[in-house]
Amino acid sequence: MRSLIDITDLSLAELDSLIATAQDIIAHPEKYAEACHGKKLATLFYEPSTRTRLSFESAMLELGGSVIGFSDAGNSSAAKGESVADTVRTVECFADIVAMRHFKEGAPLVASTFAHIPVINAGDGGHNHPTQTLADLLTIQREKGRLDTLTIGCCGDLKFGRTVHSLISAMSRYENIRFVLISPEELRIPENVRSEILDRRHIPYEETTDLEGAMPKLDILYMTRVQRERFFNEADYLRLKDSYILTPEKLKTAKSDLIVMHPLPRVNEISTAVDSDPRACYFKQVLNGKYIRMALILMLLEVTV
Amino acid sequence: MIIGSITDGIVIDHIPAGRGMELYHYLQLEQLECQVAVIKNAPSTKIGKKDIIKIGELIDLNLDILGFVSPRITINYIQNGERVKKRHPVLPEQIVGMVKCKNPRCITSIEQELPHIFVLTDREKGIYRCRYCDTRAK
Repeated sequence: MRSLIDITDLSLAELDSLIATAQDIIAHPEKYAEACHGKKLATLFYEPSTRTRLSFESAMLELGGSVIGFSDAGNSSAAKGESVADTVRTVECFADIVAMRHFKEGAPLVASTFAHIPVINAGDGGHNHPTQTLADLLTIQREKGRLDTLTIGCCGDLKFGRTVHSLISAMSRYENIRFVLISPEELRIPENVRSEILDRRHIPYEETTDLEGAMPKLDILYMTRVQRERFFNEADYLRLKDSYILTPEKLKTAKSDLIVMHPLPRVNEISTAVDSDPRACYFKQVLNGKYIRMALILMLLEVTV
Repeated sequence: MIIGSITDGIVIDHIPAGRGMELYHYLQLEQLECQVAVIKNAPSTKIGKKDIIKIGELIDLNLDILGFVSPRITINYIQNGERVKKRHPVLPEQIVGMVKCKNPRCITSIEQELPHIFVLTDREKGIYRCRYCDTRAK
């Protein structure tokens, strides 16, 4: 029985296999329509989500399975003070697999240590978001045709941006990857990501506050939102929220085959005028997220098609 | 102050000053029947001041945690008044219940029953990180 808590729980071979399955699902959806018939996914979302929860739910429905769960901790026994361990041991009586989002870091790991069914981390605080990374990898593979030899610019909140941490962790395992880390000083990448992923694996990277200066070098621009919910101090949020706003003007010096990614939701960090640019890929990421989650559910439930 | 030497037992030396009682409790030495002495702020030519723990019996103790406190600690095994073995502690793979995670976003901040577990992530630099949220142990 496997769970997915951190993107590094998956080997490169397993990542390749998931991407291959997702591509096959895209090409032949009918083959998978009943693959999870009789299986139930429980979505335990202690924190608000649109994309991730609906993506998991539609992934399971398109595999012929069904879905139970809650989308607000206030609607669960967590509001009465129930522990994550007790909640997951209750839920496993009703479901075959769990997708959990929690505002506290490490909650899905706690769930996985108590559960006897697979647990998928659907985002834990500012820590990890491995299935977003799977969606990102599938998008990069489909749009760039490769997962190696890329210069990736990560821009915005690199301190609390869990999607960025997982993306760096995953992409650092491929050959010839280079990062340009663009953020305000206060939202720089955490020390552990720098020292234990980038430095340890000898991945070339530069840190800068200058988005325009970095733009011409990039194959991928991964924008992130400055997340109000991660700040304890509203004044800090207000000061930093408009640090980077991507506009068509700023894209003028970018490569013609750049792809612009964003885990969404966006607030104002990508102008809506960028949406019609063929390089904008963020809504493709959303769709790819459903397909890769279908592949992941199949893998963790050990369903073969 | 004079504390006599021991005939058979263990002397944990070069403990950073002020950490002796913490180790005394963590190693649960209060549960031993034999004599145990904790010496605080003893003069040390190497580190200025140090704490020392003397245990008056050769017992089997898991002393791995000492490596986390300081790699300079020495563990001396005494038999018939003679030191028969001296070693430095090795870094344990994980530490349970000795260090609290200070990250207010960590699940341990709201679930009091969870053990605080820190895992060795860099042996060379002696870095431990919270098993749940990856925050570095201080």
